[in-house]
Amino acid sequence: MSSIQDIQDEIIEEFSILGDDKESTIYYIMELGGQLPQFPEEERVEENIIKGCQSKVWLTTREEGERIQYLADSNTDITKGLISLLIRVLSGRTPQEILKADLNFIDKIGMGNIIGSQRSNGLSAMIKQMKLYALAYQAKQNV
Amino acid sequence: MPLNIEEIRATFPVLHQEVNGKPLIYFDNAATTQKPQSVLDALTGYYQNDNSNIHRGAHTLADRATRHYEETREGVKNFINANESAEVIFTKGTTESINLVASSYGRKFITKGDEIIISTLEHHSNIVPWQMLCEEKEAVLKVIPINDKGEILLDEFENMLSDKTKFVSIVHVSNALGTINPVKEIIKKAHQVGAKVLLDGAQSTNHLDIDVQDLDCDFLAFSAHKLYGPTGLGILYGKRSLLEIMPPYQGGGEMIKEVTFAKTTYNEIPFKFEAGTPNIADVIAFQKALDFISIIGKSNIKKHEDELLDHANETFGQIKGFVPVGTAAEKVSVVSFNINGMHPFDVGVMLDANGIAVRTGHHCTQPLMQRLGLEGTVRASFSVYNTKSEIDQMAVSLAKIAKIKNK
Repeated sequence: MSSIQDIQDEIIEEFSILGDDKESTIYYIMELGGQLPQFPEEERVEENIIKGCQSKVWLTTREEGERIQYLADSNTDITKGLISLLIRVLSGRTPQEILKADLNFIDKIGMGNIIGSQRSNGLSAMIKQMKLYALAYQAKQNV
Repeated sequence: MPLNIEEIRATFPVLHQEVNGKPLIYFDNAATTQKPQSVLDALTGYYQNDNSNIHRGAHTLADRATRHYEETREGVKNFINANESAEVIFTKGTTESINLVASSYGRKFITKGDEIIISTLEHHSNIVPWQMLCEEKEAVLKVIPINDKGEILLDEFENMLSDKTKFVSIVHVSNALGTINPVKEIIKKAHQVGAKVLLDGAQSTNHLDIDVQDLDCDFLAFSAHKLYGPTGLGILYGKRSLLEIMPPYQGGGEMIKEVTFAKTTYNEIPFKFEAGTPNIADVIAFQKALDFISIIGKSNIKKHEDELLDHANETFGQIKGFVPVGTAAEKVSVVSFNINGMHPFDVGVMLDANGIAVRTGHHCTQPLMQRLGLEGTVRASFSVYNTKSEIDQMAVSLAKIAKIKNK
């Protein structure tokens, strides 16, 4: 399996092809959002909504051995695309890997400029919540 | 004679730039309008030539600054046709103006069981101050319902009125939908039961002729920055008879007549309500914004904006998936809408990628959005410097965006 950094480098490469054209970048992000796997309806509940996002984002996890699978959804296509990028990088990793991960692709693809400051705060909230899950799993595994 | 829009545009430096590689199209005027060069010059000119604290200064600069500051008060008086300039109080915005009335008039005159009426169309800043007051005084907040077009139901309002009604605080023009409310009638009916009326004029003063004596409103709140003026400056108009019996809102300098440690006596209006060093530079520059409006003429501005509104309704209306929100018969130049199957945020971000600035979300009117069953809308709002060609360009972008989900 490729490392977290390998996947991030892949993403950086993909976005560099789009260049500075904001419009096509946004279309691409939305397209990625469309590829997110179906979110389980029974988990579309208030407790799974990430606080701090302007749009609604639901996040839940599945434990697969020592690894964490993330499942997420949003009511906006751009946000769905953003979270699909995070899932691509972090899902299927061990809690230790997730906690250690330096998500440098976000700055390198210039995400702040693409999505603006409000959505950047939302993106930080998503990352924080994903890491909190990892922390909880790690604590559980260490018991 | 039609307005020379190109000439008007030339006086707004901010409009002449590219955003995301496209010429800026600024359609977020209901949030704040851009400022003409004359306002910018007045701001820097004040700091370069006249900067001085106003009132009580024995020197020339203080005298000059004071004179200019008070000239704007006179200018605002004329702009809204107040009876006298002492009825014009400078605040930091519409929100503070409303809070001032709720806090000063409200806390003195509202008592347990009294009723305060607002409408479903209100901005949060004309909801929350009254909720706070009602909570403190055990008063009752009542809300006038609207129809699906976004128009106030006057019959329902009349049914709400009784001798318990002590205050009506109502928005003149809805920020989210652009609906113009029949405020003259509302004020008249409210007065018949002895209630006082505050008009939230944040979105009306820039589009409609305002005559506070003709409207007979007791208070009017509005902001300079939505009127081509600087940010951080609001106006509260109040009838002298009311302002005089209201206690001060904040304590400090300027608002006092005499201070001893035993007792303080308060200054006359309007100074009683302007504690501390006011926003001198912005007040002085605001006169230039008022001049800008009066030179073009409000009726000319309104006519141009109405044409833009008609044009937008027509062109956007042809886009598959375009759903207008708020279709009141009487509206200012605001088009609120959604695109089928798309979140307003996404539409806003994609328009921005095309250099088009609009506002998206609940527009600080969450109860209104709940009533309409919406999470939010996209809002394009037009001003005197906008053109039909800009609307056409937005229609092209919007059609492309809408096509993603409306094939």
